[in-house]
Amino acid sequence: MKTVRAMVLVSSDPQSLLNGAEQVYYQLQSEIAAFGLEDEVSLKMVGDIGRHDAVPMVIIYPEAVIYGPVKPEDVHHLVEEHLYKGRVAAELQAPVRELSGRIAWLSARKGTLPAEKRVVLRRAGIIDPTSIEEYIIHDGYSALGTVLGEMQPSQVIDVVKKSGLRGRGGAGFPTGTKWGFVAGTKSEKKYVVCNADESEPGTFKDRLILEGDPHSILEAMAIAGYSVGADEGFIYVRGEYTLAQERLHHAITQAEEMGFLGENIFGTGFNFKIHIHSGAGAYICGEETALIESIEGKPGLPRSRPPFPTTHGLWGKPTLVNNVETLANVPPIIQYGPEWYGTLGTPSSPGTKVYTIMGHVNKTGVIEVPMGITLREVIAIYAGGMKPGSSFKLAQTGGSSGSVIPASLQDTPMDFDAYSRAGVSLGSGALLICDEDTCVVDLGRVLINFFRNESCGKCSPCRIGTQRSYEIMESIANGNAKLEDLQTLINLADSMNEVSNCGLGQTAGTPIRDILKYFRAEVEAHIRLHVCPTGVCEIKIPI
Amino acid sequence: MTIGSIDNQKITEVVDRVIAHHGATMDELIPILNDVNKELGYLPGEALKQISKHLHVPRSQLFAVSSFYQMLSTKPRGRHVIQFCESAPCHVVGGREVWKTLREELKLEANETSPDGKWTLATTSCLGLCSVGPVIIIDDDVYGNLTPDQIPGILARYS
Repeated sequence: MKTVRAMVLVSSDPQSLLNGAEQVYYQLQSEIAAFGLEDEVSLKMVGDIGRHDAVPMVIIYPEAVIYGPVKPEDVHHLVEEHLYKGRVAAELQAPVRELSGRIAWLSARKGTLPAEKRVVLRRAGIIDPTSIEEYIIHDGYSALGTVLGEMQPSQVIDVVKKSGLRGRGGAGFPTGTKWGFVAGTKSEKKYVVCNADESEPGTFKDRLILEGDPHSILEAMAIAGYSVGADEGFIYVRGEYTLAQERLHHAITQAEEMGFLGENIFGTGFNFKIHIHSGAGAYICGEETALIESIEGKPGLPRSRPPFPTTHGLWGKPTLVNNVETLANVPPIIQYGPEWYGTLGTPSSPGTKVYTIMGHVNKTGVIEVPMGITLREVIAIYAGGMKPGSSFKLAQTGGSSGSVIPASLQDTPMDFDAYSRAGVSLGSGALLICDEDTCVVDLGRVLINFFRNESCGKCSPCRIGTQRSYEIMESIANGNAKLEDLQTLINLADSMNEVSNCGLGQTAGTPIRDILKYFRAEVEAHIRLHVCPTGVCEIKIPI
Repeated sequence: MTIGSIDNQKITEVVDRVIAHHGATMDELIPILNDVNKELGYLPGEALKQISKHLHVPRSQLFAVSSFYQMLSTKPRGRHVIQFCESAPCHVVGGREVWKTLREELKLEANETSPDGKWTLATTSCLGLCSVGPVIIIDDDVYGNLTPDQIPGILARYS
């Protein structure tokens, strides 16, 4: 791979082209060559940058400085100042908008390209996951030592609260608060459950943590157990993750032999035992009460809440349920302190986030970056851009219960609050990047089909709503729908959201609602004109 | 596992061994069913009957559990089970064409078993291998980055 010092991106949405983006591009090309920088700087024309207030725009990485509107006659000055002399050409910068994410992200990048900030994945891929010795050499179990040797349970909870860590399973609930609830419930017996039933389509971050660094989860669970007053833990691993299960079994045996788990850990009188529980193929078991039912040997039907698992969980006892990625954040928070954690990410969502990248991009895979970077940065920098000849149309975040993000939102910082203000959700961190050949009707049909299959059937809004929505999406794809059906889809999404028992039904309609909000014309083309604009759907209309 | 040819002795042997390994408690029920299903290819009624005796659980509840989870089957399945991922990440990168080819090659629809008992073609939700989609799993072998023209060659590897 060629390494470059700087990357220059020029926007090429219709508006930019109209305002002379192409001339700017060629001018940049010749000026970069004139300064002899062509080997150090890469120049690219990228799609819609999402900001239409100052086009054409030029973004220069790694500093992520946005210039705009740039005219061809500005280019000489821009190249000389920024690329040759290394100073920001302040007078050409675009008006500032939404900076929180970019600043946090930049602080972590330290000039290398592309840089990640690995916290929960810091050992994955570096140590031998079957060797407890390697884990210990890399600071393993030292956080547990600190906690058991020097801290009261309430102090640990205070540290987690202070760090601002929020659940990484999708909902973003403050982790320290949850720990406090369980600790505050009086009971002889309590449990800690690690939710490793990662089944959101497009999500495989937890698998990497479990397969690459299994001891970190055991250590975090023991810390959680000590803090909330539990002496037993379960890791609910989805059935398909056989390698992760093997590695965890192995890790538990090693940790018990070395005295990090079991009776009287570090001679402190604290006992903690961990069991592995394999799932059997049910998406709904990622919902915490369904997961608890499943451990109890029942079909995974979510319970009514309240009471919450923090008071009435596994076998009716107070239970702390945390996602794998959430738990993996705990040992580093203890080790380096909540203040350090706060320096990562954005003020409302501190820390890093693991994203899985897939779809029509050059590089698919996993990245861990500070909270608050934008979709555009993910695509341009970490995903190596869109596949040749394609441009960005939409992204689907957080598996099927995530949102459909149109190009216009790709500069919104990806943190819990900025996304919720924009009316979309971050979900579990899956980023399915789709190009302009993706049909939104076809995509919506596949997404709702998933919910239709995975609905547990306990409550009727979800059971019937997902089926009915699927039928309508199918008829739109076939060209047989009526315009009124679109309102029915919205009504179904609303009713499912309002009256479903659990998160599955409540979010099942979200992707369809997003599609109708951002891509209504494309959906209506199927109905009004019997045409699928992308040519994906096979319209079967009797002529 | 040919269809309907498991004798009760074999079932008893497997059930006893699996329960001895996990212990006869309710929190081990799903792991027990998983293992029995893996060894026998599915969960015959006789196996459920025996598990119900060991764990003191009504068979109705065992059936409810066995029919709820996708990895458990109460019906016999083919010698080789193909799991095709039908979730969005695989779908948008060419999963649709792979699915069409699979159906044509095997002459099977979703969740059908071939008359000779060789193949079961199952659809499944996300398998967590999304960065290499489209993905199928045959028995325990994973195939990623699939294109339709690879399908006949892959199927020919299984007897």
